[in-house]
Amino acid sequence: MITNHSRAATRGVTRPATRAATRAEVCVAACADAWRGDGEIIASPMGTIPTLGARLARATGEPDLVLTDGLAYVVDGDVPLGTSSEALTVEGWLPYRTVLDALAGGRRHVMMGPVQIDAYGNANISCIGDWNRPARQLLGARGAPGNSVNHATSYWVSRHAPRVFTERVDVVCGVGNDRAAALPGPAARFHDLRRVVTNLCVFDFDTLDGRMRLACVHPGVTVDDVLAATGFEPLVDAAEVPTTRTPDAAELHLIREVLDPASLRDREVTA
Amino acid sequence: MSHVRQVTDKRMTADEAVAQIADGMTVGIGGWGSRRKPMALVRALLRSPVKELTIVSYGGPDVGLLCAAGKARKVVYGFVSLDSIPLEPHFRAARESGAVEALELDEGMFLAGLRAAALRLPFMPVRAGIGSDVLRNAPALRTIADPYGSGDEVVAMPPLGLDVALVHANLADRRGNAALTGPDPYFDDLFCQAAKAAYVSAERIVPTCDLLDEAGCVHALTIHRHLTAGVVEAPYGAHFTECLPQYGRDETFQRAYAQAAADPERWAAFTERFLGAPDEPAYQRAVEDAK
Repeated sequence: MITNHSRAATRGVTRPATRAATRAEVCVAACADAWRGDGEIIASPMGTIPTLGARLARATGEPDLVLTDGLAYVVDGDVPLGTSSEALTVEGWLPYRTVLDALAGGRRHVMMGPVQIDAYGNANISCIGDWNRPARQLLGARGAPGNSVNHATSYWVSRHAPRVFTERVDVVCGVGNDRAAALPGPAARFHDLRRVVTNLCVFDFDTLDGRMRLACVHPGVTVDDVLAATGFEPLVDAAEVPTTRTPDAAELHLIREVLDPASLRDREVTA
Repeated sequence: MSHVRQVTDKRMTADEAVAQIADGMTVGIGGWGSRRKPMALVRALLRSPVKELTIVSYGGPDVGLLCAAGKARKVVYGFVSLDSIPLEPHFRAARESGAVEALELDEGMFLAGLRAAALRLPFMPVRAGIGSDVLRNAPALRTIADPYGSGDEVVAMPPLGLDVALVHANLADRRGNAALTGPDPYFDDLFCQAAKAAYVSAERIVPTCDLLDEAGCVHALTIHRHLTAGVVEAPYGAHFTECLPQYGRDETFQRAYAQAAADPERWAAFTERFLGAPDEPAYQRAVEDAK
């Protein structure tokens, strides 16, 4: 009897090689790495790829991360994006009031999506133009001011462009390193900017003056590509800028088969 | 001489509730974004002649509608959003045309302001806001140094005192107790305590003796009658925002709302068809007919 398996074997097909990581998948892993070492804190990702990143981090090296369903439930379980809370293990209740108090307690690391961000990591989600008569009203400050002065803060930019990475932002919502340094006494002691992940690269703030440094470029992206898409001059080390790591086979399996089988990540970043 | 115990029955119509609101008052609105907004009360406000209001809200279509109708002189907010549609079109238009004054706060500053008002304190310390342009754009706000000498400095958030609060609950009784049975109670109880008078609309009014059973859990009974002045039965009263667990957001209707808002002619037609209804039941019938 010829089984499907043996038929495949006769054609020399054993197991399909894992497809190379897409740009979106590199971004997911880079976001996941933002939460590495955080331990048992609330991870608050905003956007599809940061959400996948936080879930990937918890599914791999950071099993104690606390994640919510984006609403009021703390939930556990490696499940596809969009799974209803009823299908998850609810391990806690985190309504907005508790979030606003918890964030002031500091055990949280948020990844927000700025409309504009400058070299010091000042971030704007409020409006474009003069605040008194904006050319374009956006969401409002939301929780960005409080998040940025209370606990670890990273950012995610799905479309790296000069209009996002600006020399100055129109409204400082998320507080950058220069603004934090100018605060009196210990007022900024909980301010902790970590990294900015984009569809092209990762920036960190590992510099003497708190400006952004190009930490790595994604596979297929050059330093010049990044500089051309950035409206200010980030620090670029004289030595070669490393390439962002690609997710390993286990991570790709988690992303593709477990966390995002519908490939929602491709709607946010295409290769 | 006999004493008859007669408890206060606070039931009223939405129009009777908003008749208590006068020109220039500060009105706090519960819910969050496009979630469990007291829309029946907002619609009554749109029908009323009242104007020049200061609206205090974690904003959604409540803010948009009041801006579009010219009822709002000033908006106090942390954000204004329709959730599934990130930006509120009427609010955007009002900000971009300069039609409304704005006090934009961090969400935690907003909470601190509600708490200061609810607790009758001159201010509430909060770290959120320091270093940001929220303070630059609201020059009346002050920071305060730690009086105990640590050198720390925080925002001294003044009270967001409300003349009137409007909130929507899942259940209420005629005395003005109410239950919030969905996943997030937001800040509705604080809005009520921060206000001189609070009006609660509810999906259903039930006898007090049934309130706990119907709510399912005593933790849901968070709106207390000593803080409420009126209670309005308003089935689907949060429409088109969500009111969990009874119903989700009417996304089709919300899309139609947002699309109509982009065009004056379509907005006029939308207004006539839905908001021109003489009362809440007529609105609900118009929504049904549109399905």
